[in-house]
Amino acid sequence: MEPRTRSFYILSAFFALFILFLYGPTITIGILSFQGEGGGLTFPMRGVSLYWFRDLFEQQAVGDIWGSFRRSFVLGLMVMVVTVVVSVMGGLAFRSRFPGSNILFYLIITSLVIPSILISLGVGLLFSQSGLDVHWSTSGFGSQLTWTLPFGLLIMFAVFNRFDKSYEEAARDLGATPWQTLRHVVLPIIAPSLIGVALFGFTLSYDEFARTLLTSGSYNTLPLEIYGMTTNVTSPVLYALGTLTTVFSLIIIGVFLCVALIANKRRARHGSDAGKGHL
Amino acid sequence: MKNWRDNTALKGWLMVSPLAAVLLIFLVLPIVLIVIVSFWRATEFSIIPAFEFDNYEFLFGSPVTYTVFFNTFKYALITWVFTLLIGFTVAYYLAFHIRTLTWQITLFLLCTIPFWTSNIIRMISWIPFLGRNGIANSTLLSWGVIDEPIEWLLFSDFAVILAFVHLYTLFMVVPIFNTMMRIDKSLIEAARDAGASGAQILWNVIIPLTKPGIMIGTIFVVTLVMGDFITVRFMSGSQSANVGRLISNDIALLQYPSASATAIVLLATVLITIAILLRFVDIRKEL
Repeated sequence: MEPRTRSFYILSAFFALFILFLYGPTITIGILSFQGEGGGLTFPMRGVSLYWFRDLFEQQAVGDIWGSFRRSFVLGLMVMVVTVVVSVMGGLAFRSRFPGSNILFYLIITSLVIPSILISLGVGLLFSQSGLDVHWSTSGFGSQLTWTLPFGLLIMFAVFNRFDKSYEEAARDLGATPWQTLRHVVLPIIAPSLIGVALFGFTLSYDEFARTLLTSGSYNTLPLEIYGMTTNVTSPVLYALGTLTTVFSLIIIGVFLCVALIANKRRARHGSDAGKGHL
Repeated sequence: MKNWRDNTALKGWLMVSPLAAVLLIFLVLPIVLIVIVSFWRATEFSIIPAFEFDNYEFLFGSPVTYTVFFNTFKYALITWVFTLLIGFTVAYYLAFHIRTLTWQITLFLLCTIPFWTSNIIRMISWIPFLGRNGIANSTLLSWGVIDEPIEWLLFSDFAVILAFVHLYTLFMVVPIFNTMMRIDKSLIEAARDAGASGAQILWNVIIPLTKPGIMIGTIFVVTLVMGDFITVRFMSGSQSANVGRLISNDIALLQYPSASATAIVLLATVLITIAILLRFVDIRKEL
């Protein structure tokens, strides 16, 4: 191997600073959420305590946090499942051209680049003008899909661009039906990317704010609840909540990464599932 | 042959029908409705169907509009410069200076994890750094660099840009890293064999080949910043405004027609910007 050049060390330092920039603030509020009872929003720490976490569990102090967490979690799961299914179907369909595929593609791009507040405003207007009530599980759900689906689809496009079609041809030559080819050849090959799509679906929904602002109705999701708090809560309880949701997000990310890792290992150990498909 | 073709078209349509339904109900219809409502009239407590250009006349007649649009472009441009410089450097380091794939993936994931956590929390987390008695001020004071706390760290344009760069640099790193990983390493060896210096390789080989990634990252960053309303509000302490905030203020006052008119102008601006950027890159090929 070549020796490391000086630019390697300079760039390593730059990268380390970038990581510090990314994580530093989050770690800081993590530390500050253990602020003692008399402590404020910044250093110095006045003792170390769980006071602000306890405060968080007393509902009347800061609104309906647990209800909003539950709603965000359920909504995240709904968005995740729909994003995975619809993205896979869309990805498969887009492998061959069909009438209107270009228009649909540009709609997907529009959905990705449109300012979130337009979705919020437009869906809000749509529901109010047609006499429907906005609710997180209907209008909020749909609004979030306009954000998660483009991500899911772009990942699927990338996956299928790299997909070696000769596997499918081989399956077809061996007499597999289209469904068998999909079930036993295509899906197992793209499975790891589906874990990625699912992760995007859940986390983008769980953290989404702008598109649910006018579309979630009277029951807030967690990001809306947190946003409400920023205007009237000026104590470290805000940090305690931030720390908890960040830890929750990290656990979710960890779970997904572990699933991906295990799936990869299992595949490596078992090799192919050739011969397991039945007619 | 005709029959077979009809069949794929039908199958394609069946497969994308859920997608098309979602986009129709939650993207196309809302946009159409915003266009319609932008011609309506608003009273203090209701909105009335009409067809008049008052909302647009008021919008284009007000000097505030131009300031706010100027601000929006200013944020987008400055954020773009910083995210591009930082994002390119990070991606370059990961793609060309990290030698094993395992480490590349590990460090790449390290960069992407914050993307999957809450933006609002990440904005809040700057308070202890930038506040009047925050870490930045107290450090600078103790070093003797400044004599009194700097007031413009939090709740200023500086804070807004900092938050944008913090939130969105990743949108540059990912597509640039993606295109860099697809560059054939033998091209770089060839350039080196031909006597090119490191800087020449970077300028004449790597940057031209990375352009598609840069374009995709640019599209992400520019649209996210132009459509934002929450970062500007939170990080400027309501002291600065961009178009998104103009819209959200109107919404808060239930002035839906004027919010709609502003929203349509914003959408047109964003789409024109994207259309110009898309001339430089074929997204479907580059994924």
